[in-house]
Formats: sequence, C-alpha cells, structure tokens
Amino acid sequence: MASTEADVFDRLGRGLSALGTWIDARFPMTKLIKEHATEYYASKNFNFWYGFGVIATFVLVLQLVTGIFLTMNYKPSSAEAFASVEYIMRDVEWGWLIRYLHSTGASAFFIVVYLHMFRGLLYGSYKKPRELVWIIGMFIYLALMAEAFFGYLLPWGNMSYWGAQVIVSLFGAVPAIGPDLAEWIRGDFYISDITLNRFFAFHVIAVPLMLVLLVVVHIMALHEVGSNNPDGIEIKEHKGPDGHPIDGVAFHPYHTSKDLVIVVIFLILFSAVVFFAPDMGGYFLEHANFEPADTLRTPEHIAPVWYFTPFYAILRAVPNKLVGVALMGSAVLLLFFLPWLDRCRVKSIRYRSTIYKLALMGFAITFVALGYLGLQPATGAVPRLSLIFTILYFAFFALMPFYTRHEKTKPVPTRVVW
Amino acid sequence: MVRYVVVALVLGIGLASGAAAQHEAALDAANNNIANTASLQRGAKYFVNYCLGCHSAKYVRYNRLAEDLQISDQQLIDNLMFTGERPFDVMAIAMKPEDAARWFEIAPPDLSLIARSRGTDYIYTYLRSFYLAPDRPTGVNNVVLPNTQMPHVLWQLQGTQRALFGTDEHGLQVFEGFEAVRPGELDERAFDDVVRDIVNFLDYIAEPMKRERQQLGVRVIGFLLVFLLISYMLKKEIWKDVK
Repeated sequence: MASTEADVFDRLGRGLSALGTWIDARFPMTKLIKEHATEYYASKNFNFWYGFGVIATFVLVLQLVTGIFLTMNYKPSSAEAFASVEYIMRDVEWGWLIRYLHSTGASAFFIVVYLHMFRGLLYGSYKKPRELVWIIGMFIYLALMAEAFFGYLLPWGNMSYWGAQVIVSLFGAVPAIGPDLAEWIRGDFYISDITLNRFFAFHVIAVPLMLVLLVVVHIMALHEVGSNNPDGIEIKEHKGPDGHPIDGVAFHPYHTSKDLVIVVIFLILFSAVVFFAPDMGGYFLEHANFEPADTLRTPEHIAPVWYFTPFYAILRAVPNKLVGVALMGSAVLLLFFLPWLDRCRVKSIRYRSTIYKLALMGFAITFVALGYLGLQPATGAVPRLSLIFTILYFAFFALMPFYTRHEKTKPVPTRVVW
Repeated sequence: MVRYVVVALVLGIGLASGAAAQHEAALDAANNNIANTASLQRGAKYFVNYCLGCHSAKYVRYNRLAEDLQISDQQLIDNLMFTGERPFDVMAIAMKPEDAARWFEIAPPDLSLIARSRGTDYIYTYLRSFYLAPDRPTGVNNVVLPNTQMPHVLWQLQGTQRALFGTDEHGLQVFEGFEAVRPGELDERAFDDVVRDIVNFLDYIAEPMKRERQQLGVRVIGFLLVFLLISYMLKKEIWKDVK
C-alpha cells in the first residue's frame, strides 16, 4: 500500500506528540514553555526602553559563543598571550571577526546594561514587588564588572597590564590586610604570569557560570512577579474572562516577534562598530593596548576602559586613597538600596513630580560627566569637577528619601496607555 | 524618553569638558590610503630596505603580504626577501633584543602594530621630523619623540635639516619650524610621498584584514536591513489584532 505525503506527516506528528507526552511525564517541558513563553503575559505597551533586557541576553550568548572560540587559540601565558591574540587576528580563519565581536560585545554589554538599569529608574521597576529582581540584577552587574576586569588583562597589552596593576592595588588601600590582600589576589608581588593564569580561569569559567545562573534567577524572579510597564501599573489587577491580564499579551509569539526586530536593529548598530570602527577611536580597544605588556614602562596615561570611568572618577575625586576606594565601593553598593531609598508609591516617571524628574535627569548627566572625567588625566580642572559631580552623585541617593516622600504626583491610570 | 539620554550625554560631556580642554603637539595628517596597492608595494620595498634591518614585524607573514599586495611568489623572493627566509616565515630580524638594548639603550620596537598603537599621523610626522643635533650619539634628534635613539635612516632621501626653537610666554622652548641644511636626493614633496608609502604599509600590516572587514561589513549590514524589513512585517502581522 502506497503511503501519501500526508500520511508521512501525520505519522511524524503523532510520533512527536507521543515523544512530548513521554518527556512531560518525566520533565516539565510543556509547563515551562507555558509559564515562561506562551502563557507569560507582559504589557502590550512596552516602548524602546524595554528592548534592552533581551539585547543583554543576546549579548551574553554572543560573548559566551565567541569566547569559546577565542579560547581555542588563546594562550594564557605572559610569554605567549599577546602573540596568540595577534595569531587569532591574522592567521586563524575568521579569527579577527570572532575577536572583534567579543571585544565590541564587551562594551556593548555595558551600554545595554546601563540603559537597561536606567529603564528601571525611569519606570520604577525596582519598586515593590520587584525589589529582588532589581537586587539580583545588581549582582549581575557586579559579576559583569568582574568579568570585564578579568577579561581585560588577557590580551596582555600594556594597558591591560597597568590597568590591572592599578585596580588590584586599590585592594591595598584596605586597612591592615590591604597589601597582603593585593598580593593574594595577584598570587605574586606584581601582575605576572600566575596572575594572568588565574584571571583566565575566572574569566572563562568561574564568573561566566555565575553570570548565567544569575541571569536565570533574574528572569525567574521577574516572571514570578510579572514585568513592569511604562505606566508603572500592575496589569494583573485587570484580568479578562479568560483569566489573563487584559493589557498583557503573551510573551510568545507577541513579544518574541517584537524582540526579533529589536535584536536585528541592535545587530545593525553593533555591526557598524564591529566592521567599521572596532577600536571606536580608542575607547573600545585602547591604543596603548596594541603594545605588549611592559613591566618597566607605563602607558602615557592610564585610564580604565570607558565603562569603569564613572567610578574611577569618583575614586580620584578625593586625594585620600582609602576614602576614594570607600566612595567608589559605596557608589556601586548604594544602587542596591534604591528600592528603599525611593519613598514614592508611584512607579513611572510619567506620573511623578517635576522634582524627581529633575533629580533623575541630573543623575544621568552626573553619571555621564563622571564617565568623561574618568577618561581624562587628573590635571587642571578635572579633580575639582570630579569632586563636584561625586557630591552630586551621592546627593541623588542621600536626599532621595526626602525629595520622594511627599511628591506631588499625577493621577495614575488604572489601565495602560500606549 | 530617548531625549533624556541624548540630553544627558550632550550635557554631561559638555559640562565636564568645558574646563578640561588640553592641547597636544600638532601632527601632520598622513592621508594614506590602504586601498592604494601601488603605494603599499612601494611601502613594502622601503620597509624591507630601510626599516627591517633593526625593526621586526614579527606577526606579518611574507606570503600573506604577497597575496594582499598582489605580488607573485617570485617577485616576493626577488624583491622583498634577502636573507633566505621561506615565504611562510614572518618578518623577523637577526638582531637579538638583548644586543639591541645594549647598542641603542632600548631595543627597536616591533612594527607590526605601530600604526594602531601610535597612529599613522604620528609615524608620518615622526619620520619627517629628524633634525641635526651634534650632542646626540646619532647626530640627530626628533621633534615628535625627543631624544629618540633612532638614527635618521632616511637622511639620504630627505637631506638634513635644522630645527628652529623659540620661547613662549612661560620661557619654555617651543618648536617653530625646520630649515634645510643640505638637500637630499628627493625634494620635499617626493620625500613626503615616500614617507606616506611607508606609513601606508605600516597601516596595512597593523590590520591586514581591514579592507576585508569593511567589505564584509557592507554585505552584513545590507543583509540585516533586508532581514529587518522581513522581521518587522512578521511582527506587524502577529500584532495586528492587539488593540
């Protein structure tokens, strides 16, 4: 008996469905897909700012994949590291592309994460009930900084070397145990082959493992409470007869199809950098890092890569090293407490007071200004300006409980507005 | 809301840079073009004749060079390889770094990446800025890199020149210009062209895949633009019932 094409597909379909049932009896596959995709409802009025979460996830995957391929040819030894990177750039098939994707991806990751965090500030995404989503996100940010710091030593360029020297020496400012702590981190009296080897271990396995786990936890926590939206209202409070939020649409296929567009737009901008300006004028790949590490000669001007410079400017703003390190640390740690520093009940900037809008705007300007100042040599007006902006940075957090307590907010709608 | 970020960027950088402006020694623009293969071929010739004695380019393979510069293997062996290297060898030198450091105080740097670490304008200006200085061991000094250990390798082509210095309001020495002492084999324009060819070659070896990267970039972005249209239409179709 001749079987038609339809028969074949029919049997294939029944086979797959039987396989699905078999798996579901042993692993919650269908349940997970429903909970996190086809029946996860998120607001339909997401705007531009809501694209950075999916872009960050995309960049994480990109970094993991390109990183694996780089590891296949990179040599974590002080004698060979620099040459092995040039080997990747010149002799490995498509090595230059993989390396540029990875180096541009590092900067892109921070741009995207900073904008993702700023979205949280704009729409109050850190507020109840999303405090844990925010705090886990902050741990992701810390892990990302560690990952970037360890990774930056690996090319073993002169800026890699002296940048790591400067940052590790910061731990030396800790009272009593400082010098021993710095030595313990380096595994030597100065940055050396052994330091490179352990930084490699942290960069390729320890921190990425932590990053992936934290991202999973971040998304689990988010899906438990539900996504915020530009109006800062809870869409779960208005459910339709089907039991789903009226203002929400299913993550799949609605948000996934939208996210595809967002990722393609990101890729176009990203490709423009990768293919036409991978150095980004010395900001993504610093000029001094095209010279191999030289233990006797520092670069003319040591500055961390741009994504660390806001905090580096805070570090340099005060002449005392210990105070500087403490300020820099607290500048990051303060962000963890945002859910409790902000006393206003209204989430979205759309309905908050002018004073909060001004404060947030001022904070954004301050952050960018500090980033710029951290890139400049500490001469002329730079130290004084750094101090002024450092004070403004801390004022945003320190005064927040006061200027947010009795805010004149606008009425919040009950349903989302496009 | 996008305007928040744009305004913050502009204001932040503007405020911070207002008082922090600073100036560096002016460099002449190299205006080299890595798409000019003839210039790269000339640059390769000058490089092996004038530079490769002391400076290596240890990440650059001869045969890759030949392929990119459209030179046949025979032309490569006849014109660019003088000491029995094989075509797949890198541009290494016989001088040991330890010896070099003893002879010149500092070993001449490898030039594979010099165009990326220092920039093309820097090299272009540097190579044209040697001036007579009888107190220096090499008899010359350089305006761009004062007290350089490098001799004026191109003096036969350029001739020799004197540097004129004045003083500024703080009593500091400032460079004012050059004055020719003895003419070289080439006039100023022809010499600048030679230096530009060398710089062009150094620019090429610093990133041999640069043109490939740019050409691929056009195709990748072209594809992504088409894919953007398709993905946007898909999104439109899926979202059409969302009110």
